[in-house]
Amino acid sequence: MSTTATVPPPPRTTKASHAEGGAMSKPRGMVATVIMAALALLWLFPLIWAVLNSFRSYSYTQQNGYLSFGGWTFDNYRNVWENAGLGKFFVNSLIITVPAVFLTLFLSSLVAFVLARFSYRFNLTLLAIFLAANLMPPQALLIPVYRMFREIPLPLVMSETGTVLGSYWGLIAINVAFQLGFCTFVLSNYMKSLPFEIYEQAQIDGAGVWRQYWQLTMPLIRPALAALATLEVTWIYNEFFWATVLLGGQGDKFPITSALNNLRGQFFVDYNLLSAGSVLVALPVLIVFFVLQKQFVAGLTLGSTKG
Amino acid sequence: MTTTTPAAGRSADRPVAGKPAKRRLAPRDRAVVIAMIAVPTFFVVALVWLPAILSMVLSFGAWNGIGDLDQITWVGTKNYSDIVDIYPPFWPAIRHNLIWLVFLFLGPTLLGMLLAVVLDRNMRGSRFYQTAFYMPVVLSLALVGFIWQLFYSRDQGLINQVFGSEVDWYGDSSVNLWAVLVATAWRHTGYIMLIYLAGLKGVDTTLREAAAMDGATERQTFFRVIFPVMRPINMIVLVIVVIESLRAFDLVWVVNRGTNGLELIGALVAQNVVGEASRYGFGSALAVIMMLISTIFITIYLRSVFKEERR
Repeated sequence: MSTTATVPPPPRTTKASHAEGGAMSKPRGMVATVIMAALALLWLFPLIWAVLNSFRSYSYTQQNGYLSFGGWTFDNYRNVWENAGLGKFFVNSLIITVPAVFLTLFLSSLVAFVLARFSYRFNLTLLAIFLAANLMPPQALLIPVYRMFREIPLPLVMSETGTVLGSYWGLIAINVAFQLGFCTFVLSNYMKSLPFEIYEQAQIDGAGVWRQYWQLTMPLIRPALAALATLEVTWIYNEFFWATVLLGGQGDKFPITSALNNLRGQFFVDYNLLSAGSVLVALPVLIVFFVLQKQFVAGLTLGSTKG
Repeated sequence: MTTTTPAAGRSADRPVAGKPAKRRLAPRDRAVVIAMIAVPTFFVVALVWLPAILSMVLSFGAWNGIGDLDQITWVGTKNYSDIVDIYPPFWPAIRHNLIWLVFLFLGPTLLGMLLAVVLDRNMRGSRFYQTAFYMPVVLSLALVGFIWQLFYSRDQGLINQVFGSEVDWYGDSSVNLWAVLVATAWRHTGYIMLIYLAGLKGVDTTLREAAAMDGATERQTFFRVIFPVMRPINMIVLVIVVIESLRAFDLVWVVNRGTNGLELIGALVAQNVVGEASRYGFGSALAVIMMLISTIFITIYLRSVFKEERR
């Protein structure tokens, strides 16, 4: 998943919310509407197709082909859930995603606070180190990371393999390291838009740096944190590369996204089952997307709100 | 990363009220600030920058990963010359990455931009369309691969059923790259659209109205008024597309682990580590080639972001 910050657009001087781009001339508007509607349907079709086939029995589609209509059943879902043990993999995803998102937001808010609150000479360098790391191709770091993780021992209580490799600890850490750049950038921009006087007042009241961060800044950046949390949950839930290679031999520790690939050969023998599996895997992010769509879009464009 | 405070001097000065940003911090606050920077920086340096340097070092050696570091024999630039001269999948991979890049630009990027320009206008149902285009973006690329398999499969896929053809879209090396690209495009378009939509919100409406009043045609308005405003976004999008095409991995990995027509640089690196033969030095050299290309674009990206920052 690419995690890139958008550049701040120049502020719009007049707020004309319902004349966004100006209305279109009538015939042109008609043409545009028809094309848009057709394209939108085309875009929705793959998902609709997957949902449709996930509710049809394999024997029916085998007999009548996929272009038929009928054979409705819930069996695929029951089958996938019970026999493939998807529940376990969802739990794994949870174990990885929740701490990773919390840690990412916490650590990036620390750096962002320093960047926004103080103007040190190294600020720009620091931001560059974080932001550039975010864009590094993960595959290019695979070998050293893989090897380092294999060398670092962990007590058996923390990892059955006895090393960081094959444990959740390493996977969570690498996810955090890769996501820090984007979050730091967005949060520091957001914090810079807060009025600086609040810190001066706090200083007079004798509040130390930590209290300024925890009691003053953090409550004020809640909207940004919520938006970023939404984005990060989907990104880390969707993360495939690191989970696949770092948990390699530990198939039953895979998060759901990697597990689906693993199960494909042995378990998902027919496409109705694969559809049901895909729909189940997509469900959490789609729910997040529909419930928190505003947060989601805000998160991606948050880099733009700058003071 | 060093964490020196420029104003660090005599201890425990009480800060003077009203004096902005640079002021001496109490020792405890200084320790807090240092910790606030040091812990996150440790993560990034230890897990991104240190491995990046190690990749470079390893790329000059030969090592099968067994035994300690002293098992490495240093071979100079042999890995690089081997990659270029005698490693069969290398040039196909470069070609595929380039095709990937050009396709992303000419296909989904242009389409996404166009969609944004149209949807930014006062159009009925604009929200619905945006949601439709944006929905695939929240899915993982691996999942996108599975969903499209329902179209591409030879025996059970929709395309073959509709057209009565018998093409194995994911398996046939003459078409599978394009099949995968179409699946990527499905997801990429909405992402680009969103970035442009956000940027277009920044276009001053009075500018547009003024242009309309001066009798500018829609095309003129677009090229003279809207397009210039989008220029900084174009730069960001350029970098996103390049980086995305360079690190493309998930889709080809779920299809066939990046072989048989789907060779990509990212997949080749992984093959050399988790495959049958772990050739660390060789894989690292591939990784370094990847890193060097991305460094160019990361630099462009940082420069354009920081130019905006200073405004």
